[in-house]
Amino acid sequence: MSILGTRVIRTEDPRLLTAGAVYVDDLRIPELSGAARVTFVRSPIAHARITGIDTTQASREPGVIAVLTVADMDDLVPPPPDDGSGGEGDGGEGGPVPIGGAWAEPLLAADTVRYVGEPVAVVITDGRYQGEDAADLVSVDYDPLPAVVGPAAAASGEVLLFPAAGTNVPAANEVSTDDTPFSGCDVVVEQDIVNQRVACMPMEGRATAAAVAGGRLTVWHSSQNAQLCRLILCGALSMAPDQIRVVVPDVGGGFGAKVGIDRDAIIVAWAARKTGRALRWAETRSENLVGMTQGRAQLQHVKIGGSRDGRIQAYRIDILQDTGAYPRVGGFLPGLTCLMAPGVYDIPEVQAGFRVVVTNATPIHAYRGAGRPEAAAAIERAVDLFAAEIGMDPAEVRRRNFIPAGKFPFQTKTGALYDSGDYEAALDKVLAAAGYAELRAEQQRRRARGDVRQLGIGLSTYVEITAADGGAGETAKIEVADDGTATVYTGSSAHGQGHHTAWAMLVQDELGIPMDQVTVLHGDTDLIPVGVGTYASRSLQLGGSAVHKAAVEVKDEARRQAAAMLEAAEADVVLDTVTGLWQVRGDPDTSLSWGQVAGHTSGGSLIADVRFTADLPTFPFGAHVSVVEVDIETGQVTLLRHVTVDDAGPVLNPILAEGQRHGGIAQGAAQALLEEVLYDADGNPLTSTLADYAAISATELPSFELLVSETPTTVNPLGVKGIGEAGTIGATPAIQNAVTDALAHLGIRHIDMPATPQRVWTAINAAQKAGKQ
Amino acid sequence: MKVDLTVNGKDITADVEDRMLLVHFLRDVANLTATNIGCDTTSCGACTVLLDGESVKSCTVLAAQASGHDITTVEGLASHGEMHPVQRAFHAEHGLQCGFCTPGMVMAIVSLLKENPHPTEEEVRTGLEGNLCRCTGYHNIVRAALAAAEVTS
Amino acid sequence: MIPSSFTYKRAGSAEEALDLIAEHGEDAKFLAGGHSLLPLMKLRLAAPEVIIDLSGLADLSYIADQGSHVAIGALTRHHDVEHSELLGRQLPLLAHAASRVGDPQIRHRGTIGGSVAHADPASDLPAVLLALDAILVACGPGGEREIEIGDFFQGLFETTLEPDELLTEIRVPKPASAGWSFQKFAQRGLDWAIVGCAAQDGKVALVNMGGTPLRATAVESALAGGASPAEAAAHAAAGTSAADDIRATRAYREHLARVLVARALTEANSRSLSRTPRHATPTHPPPLFMIAARFGWYLPVSGHHHGVRRCGAGRGRRWGTMEACGYAAR
Repeated sequence: MSILGTRVIRTEDPRLLTAGAVYVDDLRIPELSGAARVTFVRSPIAHARITGIDTTQASREPGVIAVLTVADMDDLVPPPPDDGSGGEGDGGEGGPVPIGGAWAEPLLAADTVRYVGEPVAVVITDGRYQGEDAADLVSVDYDPLPAVVGPAAAASGEVLLFPAAGTNVPAANEVSTDDTPFSGCDVVVEQDIVNQRVACMPMEGRATAAAVAGGRLTVWHSSQNAQLCRLILCGALSMAPDQIRVVVPDVGGGFGAKVGIDRDAIIVAWAARKTGRALRWAETRSENLVGMTQGRAQLQHVKIGGSRDGRIQAYRIDILQDTGAYPRVGGFLPGLTCLMAPGVYDIPEVQAGFRVVVTNATPIHAYRGAGRPEAAAAIERAVDLFAAEIGMDPAEVRRRNFIPAGKFPFQTKTGALYDSGDYEAALDKVLAAAGYAELRAEQQRRRARGDVRQLGIGLSTYVEITAADGGAGETAKIEVADDGTATVYTGSSAHGQGHHTAWAMLVQDELGIPMDQVTVLHGDTDLIPVGVGTYASRSLQLGGSAVHKAAVEVKDEARRQAAAMLEAAEADVVLDTVTGLWQVRGDPDTSLSWGQVAGHTSGGSLIADVRFTADLPTFPFGAHVSVVEVDIETGQVTLLRHVTVDDAGPVLNPILAEGQRHGGIAQGAAQALLEEVLYDADGNPLTSTLADYAAISATELPSFELLVSETPTTVNPLGVKGIGEAGTIGATPAIQNAVTDALAHLGIRHIDMPATPQRVWTAINAAQKAGKQ
Repeated sequence: MKVDLTVNGKDITADVEDRMLLVHFLRDVANLTATNIGCDTTSCGACTVLLDGESVKSCTVLAAQASGHDITTVEGLASHGEMHPVQRAFHAEHGLQCGFCTPGMVMAIVSLLKENPHPTEEEVRTGLEGNLCRCTGYHNIVRAALAAAEVTS
Repeated sequence: MIPSSFTYKRAGSAEEALDLIAEHGEDAKFLAGGHSLLPLMKLRLAAPEVIIDLSGLADLSYIADQGSHVAIGALTRHHDVEHSELLGRQLPLLAHAASRVGDPQIRHRGTIGGSVAHADPASDLPAVLLALDAILVACGPGGEREIEIGDFFQGLFETTLEPDELLTEIRVPKPASAGWSFQKFAQRGLDWAIVGCAAQDGKVALVNMGGTPLRATAVESALAGGASPAEAAAHAAAGTSAADDIRATRAYREHLARVLVARALTEANSRSLSRTPRHATPTHPPPLFMIAARFGWYLPVSGHHHGVRRCGAGRGRRWGTMEACGYAAR
């Protein structure tokens, strides 16, 4: 029986549970012995000109080795001048790359700061404690500029963050405003929706160490892809790839914010080269909540039209994307939102467009789902609004509009080619498991009694796009040594996903080498110079497929060797994957171990080094039912149950897949109920600590109810899609819909996220007052 | 000033700044880096260790306060190469993903079970309100705690 | 993340503590559990030059039945208040409130005296002790004195304790009736209360409705005049000055106060009739940083967090078992 599909506990865990993982700040290695500490001086003001930096007092403090500002960056290509004459920028919505030119982002701030937390100087000290003391003494003169707070203010263009650009809109793909598709509809509903800014908040913040030795720069960075870090560093520091080594040790969560290497970390690497000292940096949580990129931050206007029998005929979504102070990813995120706008529905007319605006806030980047949660949240809200308008059960409306199971692959109006799916089956399954009819009955009973605690039942049916960059693929090298052990070098870069277990399972399945004889390595550009990394839920389908491909190649090579050793035809040589022995068919007495076969090669080992690419992305899908209780008197929302189908094809290891779903649901719930990044009218962050930022804890969540559904894809040989972000994408709209559903009898149709008690009570209060008139 | 702590059964004496936090003492003086720092407002619990057998947030205890006391970190839980039941339960129940919150979670649960050997799910969740996790959604952490309770009781 | 430099001194006795504070004056602060002071110092919102650690004063940690009242040493930890059998019987309101201060780790360090002396209006225990008409005992160069708790809280983090005085004991009169309730409203388990209230013996105190914990005197008068819980609770916001912050507006807080007082009075009544178990109602301590934010500090200020305001759901939770969740009956 194959090990694939079975519950295998993680090989990573014993070390993590006993000695602890080794994150960047845990490194105790010779290269970093005697390393100095980096402490950042950051802007306390959202928008200002820097008129002077005085480092003299700080420089005199005990333990201070250097205080560096942009003036010291004379060994780099200078930052773009503020008049925008720095060259052309890519203003479009291509891939997730920064737009240059007038929008370019410096390393240390040049003469303007554009968000609270922007790095202005670095203090380098012998010890960490001295760093905090000295950083307090760096004196920076700021000439305040009016702060642009929120995307609406940015769109007005009254104050420009980049005057030379002449606008606050670095990228746009304007939505069609042709109302013709809506004119034939019985019913048209419009709604403004806020998909609020949230913090990624991995438990490990950003951390980097760097040292130069023998003319080579080594950078240890908490990242989701070492190879991309190196590429970025080469560009930023004008160095050749062979002059830089990037090592990614254990990483305490990433969620998209640790893709590549960001500005603050590049500064650390530069400073190591500049000073010749080994350096280490680990940000505090307060820095993390203003300095690490954040997610979502869209204002959406949706318009949905259809007929009274429940058929949706037209859907428009117009997105205003807040990208924060620097357009690091251009139109990439809202572009994905537009691509996935119609969701699981076959809607005849779809209009989707966006404008990106810069604001004096932390820059926005990918965060678990990266553009797709925003799409699902919008369409699922719109479908519920339409259902309420025509007085139809939201499950029934969904059924009447699903892309039918027989129509896959399905080309959507927005240009996505959905590979496989069965949306109605997912909905049916989750409704049955949730006991939908009984939930509705209980809801009715509570309404009839006028209970203080009302019940809300929320649905979401979703589809999402994973491995959108399948063409970039992933690398894998497998080496079987003459002792029979195997080493897998993977381009993927796990930060909690359990790839070491999963890839070892693939090797055991294909080669019969037991998991405990398989070592998986990742994250070191010296060992794995070419790789793409872990984000966009791509790793199993691309990285796993690469491991599988490499295993097949190693097996083929081994068969050739074994045939020669056994003096048999290749066609007669078989591998028994249970015993791991090579044999001649029908002759069990002659067998060779992997070690023997490997030892027989001229190099002493069997090696396959491959890249796997996929021609197409894949489209996991699912359905969530969320049950909430709303206390009508206080507005408090309690999540009672959350039941899900999250279908990403065949499950390699149910334990790992469940874990991804759990974590995804929790982050989805966090956005729906609790979390938001807030700024005051001057652009000062109000949620810059974990005491203020309402990160979800165990007391707000129930245990989840997960159902199994495995619809394969033909896009890759494993038949798999990506599960990492699906839970988040499905959970947020289900919970938001549940809150509104709980209060529908009061006439409430929409409540923005997060459904804090204040926000919910305000809606209830207004509805009750309106009801009395 | 001189501080004298017993950490995982071993006496450690060192001359440190008066303001040194216990978590930094453990990580940088005792070289036990499993205990992590996840915040600066005593919120997240990643730094949880046992002080005289009770869970505390080591980021909000001075090394000076802990001088003369017994500290247990996750590195000191296993005995004679055998994982503690809570560690074993975390492994069996997939209670960790990236592992950053895990040492603090494990120590918090060890303390919780000492004081309440048969907690309900609600009591586990309430007992972990001082420990944040971003990866697991808490589902399997709760299962691990309940599983460990069954074994140890 | 790192406090400014300071000199650490450990006091071996109350006398030594008083000598040290006299010696160093305004440059020094007492350190009890440290979970109010150290978080402030780590964010450099406080920077005393000398810290006097009181943890060696073991004789200030006790809970003793003294007939008409229970005497609690100022250095008694929240954990010990929570688990005290004596308090569970005599002062379940206090034992229960202590069980909701912060989280278990914080309760292993934080002390009742530290909480009271810190005087955060968003903390639970000050309001509970106010409702219970506690008497505080302080020691100073002039000797020992008693302070009625009604006179103790002066303003935000301000009390009538002199800088050279040490709080040594809290005397809590045993309540006349068995009915009590502690209602805390917060978003998350680990949050400060947005609003909270403590009720026993017709006395009601509010958490986080002003610069100090407040007695809801208008509610109390109405009750004394024969009003029902709902009628009396309508006066809950009278005389309060609740903050506007990221969690709640003033108007919402005032509304919550009315709701929570009504629930508290109802629950206290049902307890006095039926003697329900002491841990029925989860409650929450409030966030110092909300206050801090109001005063222009964008950083969190103190260490009591949390409390659970609902019972965890889970698979198989039956509908209708709201009592288990500790909510007041509808």
